[in-house]
Amino acid sequence: MRCLRTLLSVALAAATSLSAAQTSSLRIPPRVEAGTSFSIETRGSGAAVLYIVGPADVLRRNVQLGESIAFGPDDLHNAGHYSAFLRGGSASESVQFDVVPSHQPETLSFLAKPSRLPVDLSGGISGVVYIFDAFRNLIIQPQQVSFVLSVSDTPPQTRTVTSHEGVAWVKMNSASRAGLANFQATAGNVEEKRIIQQVAGNPCRLRMNARNSGARVALETDPVRDCSGNPVPDGTIVTFTETYAGNQSTVDVPLKRGVAKTELPAHKGALISVATGVVLGNEIRLSGGQ
Amino acid sequence: MNGGRLLAFIILVATVVFVAVGTIWPNQSGSSASDVKATLMGSSSSPQGAVDTLLRRIANHDWENAYASLANKGEFSETDFIRDLMGSYGSLRTYASLTAFDVKQLRIADDRAQMRANLRWASVVGTFQDSRNLKVIRTGDRWQVEWPIVKEPRVPPQVIPVNYLRWDVIYRGPGDDWGAQDVESPHVRIVAMHPVDRGGHVVLMGELLNDDVVPAFVNVKSTLLAANGSTLATEDSFDKISHVLLPKQVSPFRIDFKGVRLSQVDSIRMQPSSILVSASADPVIGIESQHLNPAPDSSLTGQLVNQSGQVVNVAHVIGTFYDTNGQIIWISDQYPDRALLPQTPVPFRISVPPDISAKVNNFRVVASTYSASRFE
Repeated sequence: MRCLRTLLSVALAAATSLSAAQTSSLRIPPRVEAGTSFSIETRGSGAAVLYIVGPADVLRRNVQLGESIAFGPDDLHNAGHYSAFLRGGSASESVQFDVVPSHQPETLSFLAKPSRLPVDLSGGISGVVYIFDAFRNLIIQPQQVSFVLSVSDTPPQTRTVTSHEGVAWVKMNSASRAGLANFQATAGNVEEKRIIQQVAGNPCRLRMNARNSGARVALETDPVRDCSGNPVPDGTIVTFTETYAGNQSTVDVPLKRGVAKTELPAHKGALISVATGVVLGNEIRLSGGQ
Repeated sequence: MNGGRLLAFIILVATVVFVAVGTIWPNQSGSSASDVKATLMGSSSSPQGAVDTLLRRIANHDWENAYASLANKGEFSETDFIRDLMGSYGSLRTYASLTAFDVKQLRIADDRAQMRANLRWASVVGTFQDSRNLKVIRTGDRWQVEWPIVKEPRVPPQVIPVNYLRWDVIYRGPGDDWGAQDVESPHVRIVAMHPVDRGGHVVLMGELLNDDVVPAFVNVKSTLLAANGSTLATEDSFDKISHVLLPKQVSPFRIDFKGVRLSQVDSIRMQPSSILVSASADPVIGIESQHLNPAPDSSLTGQLVNQSGQVVNVAHVIGTFYDTNGQIIWISDQYPDRALLPQTPVPFRISVPPDISAKVNNFRVVASTYSASRFE
């Protein structure tokens, strides 16, 4: 396509220069909205050929000079800079014009990052919207875009920004409450949704209890929560470590229903500690046991 | 000239003598895989011969004759004998083959002898050693081995309730718009790292934390850079890491750079990677009775206890050793050759170099597991 356009440009350039001093034979609106009807007026007499060359379109029409040439809404879709070349008859010239995106947003490409983050993170969520018309042209005219981040049972965060060169972006804070957040961007009548998973932060006040169970000691944590009171997700690994007389026993246990529980051999005087990730919990020294 | 001829004659005579000696009195103390596949015409006229013959039959899976030759076969069945040697429940041992063995006579008195057989097995994750003390008794003019049977434990029929927790992942589809959101890779971070020069090679050790709330398949890649910025070597942690990390789980990793000295290294580029994977939070493995044994047989021993109801076919144990400053000084691993049956302890032994053992102040052991049923 680009090659054809170049060839046409070169071939018609000479003719264009020859007719530069003459009165223009073509009358084209300087800006045409993509996907709309428009017409080109011609002057002179005789038959000619009109070429329209754009970023992704080339049109060829046989015309009768002096008549109007009509283009339908399906003829030019791609926004960009176009050239119209007229050859034959009494005229030979070229005219430049622009096809601009439709002013009505049709689709939004909404990039929401990250899809998962801890609660209470300032500026942790970024939303970027690219606004396109029905023909996937980036609408570079400023548009109002509103972003709404909502978690159930809490007031939503709302920001409205004006797009610049087709792009609107925003940074928002994660809520203090864990859960799925709806992140919605709206431009005109078009809206796009993303789901942001707001998860509990590092555990706070990790605490376990021990209970003798025969030759073994049963260990169970209190419900594990972060510093905002959110339950730490099930599956999080809690490590119990028992040290006694130069020996050690450990077990990595996933949280299930908010607590971690396991059994270890009961040794008198053994020291049992609990940790998850880099967070340490309490220690228990066994007084009974074997 | 005469001297040269004399030397040639001496070499010729010596060669003939050595060939004759080797043929008449072959070395019975060590056998390789090729020996194993050779003749089964071993002699039972000596304790050494009886043990050699038995081990060759074992290597050739000639179970019937091996079992028939035992002095204590009335104490167990042939099936128990095979399960002892070849394992069960899809354990590492079931995929291993006996490649070599050596036999030492510990003592002999009249019609009883004590022998030690060291069996070397080859498996997909390397070799492992199995040492058995064997009693050999004379019955008439034959010597017979009393096999020290290790009966594989059997779990009594029962129902073990387990609340399974697993994560499934739905990835972005091929037809989705380019702006459509995909699931985020798990966030992992390196919480410790220590390069050392050991035996003229750089060994890089560290720990990796899954800082996220979802399971991660992790790996660590490292590049050693010279002072001029050129790359000296690039390696990854291969199997010296627990690849699947659940949320807040920490895995040690070790990367060996053969042929690069630490003095050549100016900087190190670390590249931890993580992929979101479907995973299960079970089985839970207790690592009990961990004990650091001093030199000369320096090692970390303990027992793995499968606290869940699912059979673990192959387990991988990785030990991290710290000095008094909390610095990682060594990481090593072992694959126990037995399957982990529910609530049944299985011993493990991680070798520790003697010089390292003396500096160890603390250690940490993690176990990762492979269960075939999980993938069916």
